[in-house]
Amino acid sequence: MDLFNNLLLGFQTAGSIENLFFCLIGVLLGTLIGVLPGIGATATIAMLLPITFQLEPVSSLIMLAGIYYGAQYGGSTTAILINMPGESSSAVTAIDGYQMARKGKAGAALAIAAIGSFFAGTVSTFLVAIFALPLTGIALQFGAAEYFSLMVVGLVSSIALAHGSIIKALAMVALGLLLGLVGTDIYTGAPRFTLGIREYADGLNFVAVAVGVFGIAEILRNLENERTREVLMAKVSGLMPSREDLRAIVAPVLRGTAIGSVLGILPGGGAILASFASYTVEKKVSKHPEEFGHGAVAGVAGPESANNAGAQTSFIPLLTLGIPANPVMALMVGAMIIQGIVPGPNVAAEQPALFWGIIASMWIGNLMLVILNLPLIGLWVKLLTIPYYLLFPIIMAFCSIGVYSVNSNVYDLYAVAFFGLLGYLLLKLRCEPAPLLLGFVLGPLLEENLRRAMILSRGDPSTFVTRPISAGLLFIAVVVLIVVFLPSVRKKREEVFVEED
Amino acid sequence: MNSQSFDKANLICGILLILAGIFFAYQSIELELGTAFRMGPGYFPFILAMALILFGAIILFQAFRVEGEPIGPIAWRGIIFILAAPIFFGITVRGLGFVPSLFFTGLIAAFASHKMKPLTAVVLAALLTIFSIAVFSYGLGLPFQRFGPWVRF
Repeated sequence: MDLFNNLLLGFQTAGSIENLFFCLIGVLLGTLIGVLPGIGATATIAMLLPITFQLEPVSSLIMLAGIYYGAQYGGSTTAILINMPGESSSAVTAIDGYQMARKGKAGAALAIAAIGSFFAGTVSTFLVAIFALPLTGIALQFGAAEYFSLMVVGLVSSIALAHGSIIKALAMVALGLLLGLVGTDIYTGAPRFTLGIREYADGLNFVAVAVGVFGIAEILRNLENERTREVLMAKVSGLMPSREDLRAIVAPVLRGTAIGSVLGILPGGGAILASFASYTVEKKVSKHPEEFGHGAVAGVAGPESANNAGAQTSFIPLLTLGIPANPVMALMVGAMIIQGIVPGPNVAAEQPALFWGIIASMWIGNLMLVILNLPLIGLWVKLLTIPYYLLFPIIMAFCSIGVYSVNSNVYDLYAVAFFGLLGYLLLKLRCEPAPLLLGFVLGPLLEENLRRAMILSRGDPSTFVTRPISAGLLFIAVVVLIVVFLPSVRKKREEVFVEED
Repeated sequence: MNSQSFDKANLICGILLILAGIFFAYQSIELELGTAFRMGPGYFPFILAMALILFGAIILFQAFRVEGEPIGPIAWRGIIFILAAPIFFGITVRGLGFVPSLFFTGLIAAFASHKMKPLTAVVLAALLTIFSIAVFSYGLGLPFQRFGPWVRF
């Protein structure tokens, strides 16, 4: 059994004392930032990227992955306790979770979220393990044309899953791609769009762009009107859900896991979509749909399982193809490149310990979350009472240190300020930053593969539609685009995102 | 809410995107465009810049068709202090060194909120600096000079 041996290797790698330690740090940090409002997983991972230089590649990726799913977890805690989702994917959890908390069932809601997430995490970890290798096999047959088409699919899906106007999302992708091209042209060595600043010859620093567009823009938005948060919860009691609650969540958890696993693979932010889809499904199949919105147990269990499953399976495109499915995965690509690993189908073959170690660590991390978080909930609730104005000077200082330590390039710090302003501007103009960041990461890759494919085909653009895999991928992209532009889907899509706000 | 016959956010958004598109297009033409077979450094960016102008134009066009929501308050104070923090750090980290530079960076950022009191800000910045030195400089061994040439005697 290959799969068995591989998983064994993975657990050996992830189970070393050192890696367990970094996994623990990762999930704790992740939960912390998930709980603290105003700073998301994307910004945190961006800030911590430079710190991981000193670590072994496996340890650093395990830690970053831990932050990612830890944040999903922490986000649900705040969603339930104060009706404020720390992460956008837990927005759905807030609907029924907060109502459960108001009825005095906060402990049960938190436990249900934890159990659902853990189950979903276990199943989807195995899914990643099962599907990673076959997909890697397919990916190895990819040429330049296929890679180009695949990235087009990724960008198009990120548009489909963005909030608001589709045209704006398209514009964001184009702008992101252009910003990604800043720097020296790889074929001719000509500097492009650097405004004559030599420090930008290697391109804009990815960490600086991510911290600016996500972290700083978010801080500025929080400063617009500083509200004082009220923690409704005095105490969390009765952690164990009742027997009937447990029976009631079995089916929603199973459905949520299935939905999340499938949608997570889609590039463009599947975890968010997954929790919405799961909530809708639960509401449809429920015998008591009127309970939804008033503390339905299934309304917590389903979406929580779905978003956790989606968070795990979004590693599949990253690990097999090197294509990031969402901004956090884009940061993971950055982390791998910093460590000298080229993300893509070769990772599984060349670095089996790293590849399977990360997969195994996901399961270990999920286990840690269940064991740690239930007793630590009291601590997290305390953290919620920290006033925001004490937090952001700390965030700004860490951002500055983090960005500067990547290359010791002070121009990166100026880029942070610029992209912070840009991010805030885009926020005010109701443009989504996620497609921009994805475009930024994929820009150079997209151009390189386009040029290579065109040289290979001697300038004949039909190469993209005559090669079967490439044609299939482009077909998917076209279908997705048509679907999002269909009037009925457009309307539905607006409803979904309105609900989230 | 005053009634506007156009959507302000989309209007600004469209104009800015078109301007950005023109900037990138102009810069791309100055580079070598090349042919589809052998693309020059300007080819792909030029296409993207054209797309950006097109999208900007569509958004601009839409701005006059529907009334939009107001843009809402703008965090001017936040913009000034928050954005100044990393710039200050960038200017001074080599000269002043890590310790003083970070202290003032934290202090500047602290004043972005009108709720912050001066004493709290100083204490916060000091604690922040001590923590960061312990973790980043001593703990992780990042190669920063703790005190730079400007403050050494």
